[in-house]
Amino acid sequence: MLAAIAFYVLAAIAIASAFAVIAVRNPVHSVLFLILTFFTSAGLFVLLGAEFLAMLLVVVYVGAVAVLFLFVVMMLDVDFVELKQGFLAYMPLGAIVALVLLGELVLVGSAAGGAGGAPISLAPSAPASITNAEAIGRVLYTDYLLLFQLAGLILFVAMIGAIVLTLRHRPGVRRQDVGAQVGRRRSQAVELKDVRPGQGLG
Amino acid sequence: MEIGLAHYLFVAAALFTIGVFGIFVNRKNVIIILMSIELVLLSVNINLVAFSSYLHNIAGQIFAMIVLTVAAAEAAVGLAILVTYFRNRGGIAVEDINLMKG
Repeated sequence: MLAAIAFYVLAAIAIASAFAVIAVRNPVHSVLFLILTFFTSAGLFVLLGAEFLAMLLVVVYVGAVAVLFLFVVMMLDVDFVELKQGFLAYMPLGAIVALVLLGELVLVGSAAGGAGGAPISLAPSAPASITNAEAIGRVLYTDYLLLFQLAGLILFVAMIGAIVLTLRHRPGVRRQDVGAQVGRRRSQAVELKDVRPGQGLG
Repeated sequence: MEIGLAHYLFVAAALFTIGVFGIFVNRKNVIIILMSIELVLLSVNINLVAFSSYLHNIAGQIFAMIVLTVAAAEAAVGLAILVTYFRNRGGIAVEDINLMKG
């Protein structure tokens, strides 16, 4: 009973805040509602028994992605009121597409559930004594090792891509040129003058 | 009152629909479009975790982690492109993005 109440509260908050993300005028408020949506979804994951993914969602989405969005929204000096124009112009078409999409999803879901299609074969579940994180850890580094390394590779490429895209060399900034420093020869750095007595350097 | 798989699937479907709707109605603001894509990926994650939980198979949660990774990478690269575009053009209006005449 308590789980049902928790589910309905979390689901209502998740859907309402997701709608607020796309509807509010101020993008900073949008990001804050996005954080609320992620946090509520983490609660839903806990209800489903996926504690590890719930914590991962909080750490990765709320801690990294949403803060990244917040940084970008606050750093860019954009007139957001102007960008919000045309909201009503695209509203009817968007609403039609969204309603059709939702209808199709619900139709497919209820049809697949109610028609009693092929019975779902239950995979051998992990023993109930171990925690969710342990169950994930047992398969993540053994059966899904390649997938795990692929995820690392994706993050690595994204990191390099983000750095390459945002790095810029402004003219007039004095930077250290290690190659030039190391490649310096004695002939370029030191000059010997033959100074005659009593005359000095001219 | 038992909370079944269908309840979670309905929440995921609603979030997915809201995400697609957000892409449609916020045609000018690319930041909101990126957030809508995050919402869509989140709904996919809810689907995967719900099936994983109700089918007693941990593989769905592994795959949800991969989706999470891809979403984080996509947000990072998308925002980097956005910052670069803003630096070059002085605005982020999506409708002005026609440099490549696609």
